[in-house]
Amino acid sequence: MISQQFEYSAPATLQEALDLLANEGAKPLAGGMSLIPMMKLRLAAPEQLIDIGRLRELNYIRREGEQMHIGAGTTHWDVESSPIVRAHCPLLSETVSNIGDIQVRNRGTIGGSAAHADPSADYPAAFCALEAQFKLVKKGGERVVGASDFFVDMLTTALESGEIIAEVIVPVEQRGTGVSYQKCVQPASGFAIVGVAVRVSSEFVRIGVTGLGAKAYRATNAEEIYTSTHDAAKAAAVVADGADSNSDIHASASYRKHLARIYTQRALKEAASRMG
Amino acid sequence: MATTTITKTEKLVGKAMRRQEDPRLITGSATYVDDIQMPGMLHACILRSPHGAANIKSVDIAAALAHPGVAAVYVGKDTEKVGPVPCGASLPGLRVPHHYVLAIDRVYFIGHPVAVVVATDKYIARDAVDLIEVEYETLQAVTDPEKAIGPGAPPVHPEWPDNVAFNYHQEGGDVDTAFAQAEVVVKQRITSQRLIPSSMETRGVVADYNTGDKALTIWSSTQIPHLMRTLVAQMLGAPEHKVRVVTPEVGGGFGSKLNVYAEEALMGFVAMKLGQPVKWIESRRENCMCTIHGRGHVDYFEVAAKKDGTILGIKLKLIQDLGAYHQLLTPAIPTLSVLMMPGLYRCQNVRADIVGAFTNAVPTDAYRGAGRPEATHGIERMVDILAAELKMDPAEIRLKNFIHNDEFPYATGTGLSYDSGNYAAPLHKAMDLIDYHNLREEQRQARSQGRLMGIGLSTYGEICAFGPSPATPAGGWESATVKIEPSGMVTVMTGSSPHGQGEETTFAQITADELGVGIDDVIVLHGDTAIVQYGIGTFGSRGTAVGGTAVYFALQELKKKIKKYGAMLLESEEVSFSDGVCVDHKTGKSVTLAEIAGASHRAMKLPPGTQPGMVETYFWEPPNFAFPFGAHAVVTEVNRETGDIEIKRYVAVDDCGNIINPLIVAGQVHGGVVQGLGQALWEQAVYDDNGQLITGEFMDYAIPRASMIPWIETEHTVTPSPVNPLGVKGVGEAGTIGCSPAVVNSVVDALSTLGVRHIDMPMTPEKIWNLMEGARA
Ligand SMILES: Cc1cc2nc3c(=O)[nH]c(=O)nc-3n(C[C@H](O)[C@H](O)[C@H](O)COP(=O)(O)OP(=O)(O)OC[C@H]3O[C@@H](n4cnc5c(N)ncnc54)[C@H](O)[C@@H]3O)c2cc1C
Repeated sequence: MISQQFEYSAPATLQEALDLLANEGAKPLAGGMSLIPMMKLRLAAPEQLIDIGRLRELNYIRREGEQMHIGAGTTHWDVESSPIVRAHCPLLSETVSNIGDIQVRNRGTIGGSAAHADPSADYPAAFCALEAQFKLVKKGGERVVGASDFFVDMLTTALESGEIIAEVIVPVEQRGTGVSYQKCVQPASGFAIVGVAVRVSSEFVRIGVTGLGAKAYRATNAEEIYTSTHDAAKAAAVVADGADSNSDIHASASYRKHLARIYTQRALKEAASRMG
Repeated sequence: MATTTITKTEKLVGKAMRRQEDPRLITGSATYVDDIQMPGMLHACILRSPHGAANIKSVDIAAALAHPGVAAVYVGKDTEKVGPVPCGASLPGLRVPHHYVLAIDRVYFIGHPVAVVVATDKYIARDAVDLIEVEYETLQAVTDPEKAIGPGAPPVHPEWPDNVAFNYHQEGGDVDTAFAQAEVVVKQRITSQRLIPSSMETRGVVADYNTGDKALTIWSSTQIPHLMRTLVAQMLGAPEHKVRVVTPEVGGGFGSKLNVYAEEALMGFVAMKLGQPVKWIESRRENCMCTIHGRGHVDYFEVAAKKDGTILGIKLKLIQDLGAYHQLLTPAIPTLSVLMMPGLYRCQNVRADIVGAFTNAVPTDAYRGAGRPEATHGIERMVDILAAELKMDPAEIRLKNFIHNDEFPYATGTGLSYDSGNYAAPLHKAMDLIDYHNLREEQRQARSQGRLMGIGLSTYGEICAFGPSPATPAGGWESATVKIEPSGMVTVMTGSSPHGQGEETTFAQITADELGVGIDDVIVLHGDTAIVQYGIGTFGSRGTAVGGTAVYFALQELKKKIKKYGAMLLESEEVSFSDGVCVDHKTGKSVTLAEIAGASHRAMKLPPGTQPGMVETYFWEPPNFAFPFGAHAVVTEVNRETGDIEIKRYVAVDDCGNIINPLIVAGQVHGGVVQGLGQALWEQAVYDDNGQLITGEFMDYAIPRASMIPWIETEHTVTPSPVNPLGVKGVGEAGTIGCSPAVVNSVVDALSTLGVRHIDMPMTPEKIWNLMEGARA
């Protein structure tokens, strides 16, 4: 399990990093929890790694008005243990605590998880339910993309070459909103066979689903049914409709869809019980 | 010389003691193969087949050889004269394919070694492997053993188109009459899926050839240093006395390192060719693909019985997935299943037929339990199926059929002699601990609420303490040397090769008691053929029962010598030795072990006919195997929505004879149960139809983690073995053997109200969900 040769640089500033990333063949390295295993299996072979994991500029959690701004380099553990996140975006705290083990959470980052776009990763379910915004930067440019446009396909995002996620923006949860993340764990990898993130209030419901298809999605049809009926079972029944479900030795397509329905129901009920 | 007040030292045998080996393991100061560094050491990386079956049309190594830092590249033709990789088991009519260390013109399984690159560092070696160009002509592969021996399957080895490596028949009693007289016959196909042993440390080899001495040293992560030395010397055509094998710390083996692998000889070959040391460390992916797998059974069982539950006869047709080659013991493993197929039951009428099937997969071989988990799983499932058929309680049917206490030694229908047993005792204890009768009541209530609660029992027996030499391929004895140094400190050298079993502690406990010294006054050395006399190794739950007994007998010899020196020093005819002191009871005078040891080395004076020094070596040949047994009881609940299985309670009552160290025994049972749970619930080596290994890494191969394991309650009954003076039986594999049938029986019991009678392992939630859906339909 040895990667191909590569160059490594650890720029001191974001600007320097973006300059280096403008080079052909350069790739950002954050926590390395997904990239390094891919390199060791020789499924990825970048020529130049630009280590953005050490940039202070990308490591912060801030509340600004009704929004939370989380630097892309913030580790899973920093999000999990942040009192601000727990107070204002409890869905992220709960979701992130389900990722891997403590060693992984100590290194892996929110930006890395989003950029990697693993179809079984946990974060994307929450990003969909939170309608997260991603601030993307590159040499000489900056733009903001919403979760539904950001996740394009399996391991594929809207990121352009030379572009990185600088920040993840999520709403501050209003009083009276209940949240829940429910995950069916794949016993070998610990990733989600399915994971369902839910936010419910008297005004709205948001359902984000990961693990079922090639990318995480917002189950708007299920949201609509829940809004009109407040019946978790009825809403959950349609959550997998139209999904092109993954199938592997851990769960066939039909069982995965079944699990998506069960876990949606559980998440809806739990979130509703936490509305208070 | 002192006039005595003898303080009796505390006996250590039977005491729960922390392991002597743990400080170095826990603090990271142990040396594994990969920790070995040598000046000028080269690094090897192996090119492996990406196909399950293919002809090799050409191999072009030019670009790899030209890569800066590459010292050499060898292909199959270069190593044609090395080997073959040995099979130590023999069966009548066994077909043994020639197992080259590197494939020559055909590859037989994914991961089959094709070439080796040797370079100045491991990164260069790995890069250069990608520069070798191999032209393959892919062939149809077959990985399912039943398909392999069925019509129209592609031949694994073209010379044997039926893919049958051997047929083996064993019979005892009168099976036909038993089945003719039966009032009920139950039949079931039961599989024990292929498993990947997954030791924490993968394999690894360092080889160093001294060109002046023409002497080769091999460091390898193995369970059998001496056998490996003999066999690798043969493979390389090197004189055995000039080959030294060292096993540094071994990070687990579970049987997967009870073997001689191509890479061990290959590294010896490279070192001899280049005259430079070379290191090869197996990656986890290679470990999944190329180190032996375990299990791989398809069993067709039939049990004949009377209406009252009395078992009359057992038939078994066993299809063993062998993989593409025979490794050291591959074909022998299923014969162990046959030996143990009657379990703990009084049934003499048994018939077994094994078909050994070649498949395009890595060979199977010994993995924790090696043949006995499969046998136990089979008979313990069948007994439950019979109980269900007769509407009997699973405990009652077992109690009815157990061999009685007064029948030992008991001659089985498969030709074994069970040494000692009290089979009802652990079952009763397990039932008491788990509160069996109230649980059944609780289950009735749960069922009335629509909950799927199950109670499962298994009563296992195992054959271990391998074993009498006539029944063990390379000899079944074990050796020990005990030396008392001039200072009175004690060195034990054992032919066993512990790699997690804690024998550095248990052997020291035995020694400390016999010599009356403290545990820290004893050191146990093993795993270096230049230091330790020839030995067999650690496997088959034999370490303490055979290796420990050899230590015990060496100590008895040594005590005779101690007394001779004691008598001489005390100028007495009659002395006794205990608690580290020789005493002349007439005069009350005494002399300590240290004084005796010193005197024997200075040798100012010798007892008549006695040599100086204080060393004895003993090679102990066991007269029989030992047969531990026990009962496991498991409570489960199945989630109706998802098929998830929750283990609510796990009780293991084992009888491994006398217990030397309860802490180590508990650890062995825990570890064994965890691996049994792995098989029952999660683990499976899956090949697709092209021979690709889908579970080639831990992203897909689900080994159990601490967070997945229930609380394990352990208890014991003690029925000493008469086979050895320590009265011990062996416990390394017991947990694994007892576990899987208890768990499956429990889940089948939970689903029995839905008409479920059997579930094959692993019992994944999806499998359970499908069964529930099927019942709903
Ligand atoms: C043992 C183990 C278990 C795990 N279990 C889980 C689990 O249960 N659930 C789960 O969701 N995840 C799991 N993970 C993955 C983990 O969450 C990773 O941390 C995450 O997927 C990647 O984050 P990283 O910071 O390590 O990114 P890296 O591995 O450094 O990078 C991943 C990819 O993202 C790119 N990248 C990184 N940062 C940025 C950025 N700011 N902008 C643009 N591109 C960027 C890299 O170039 C690379 O392509 C597990 C990982 C391991 C090793």
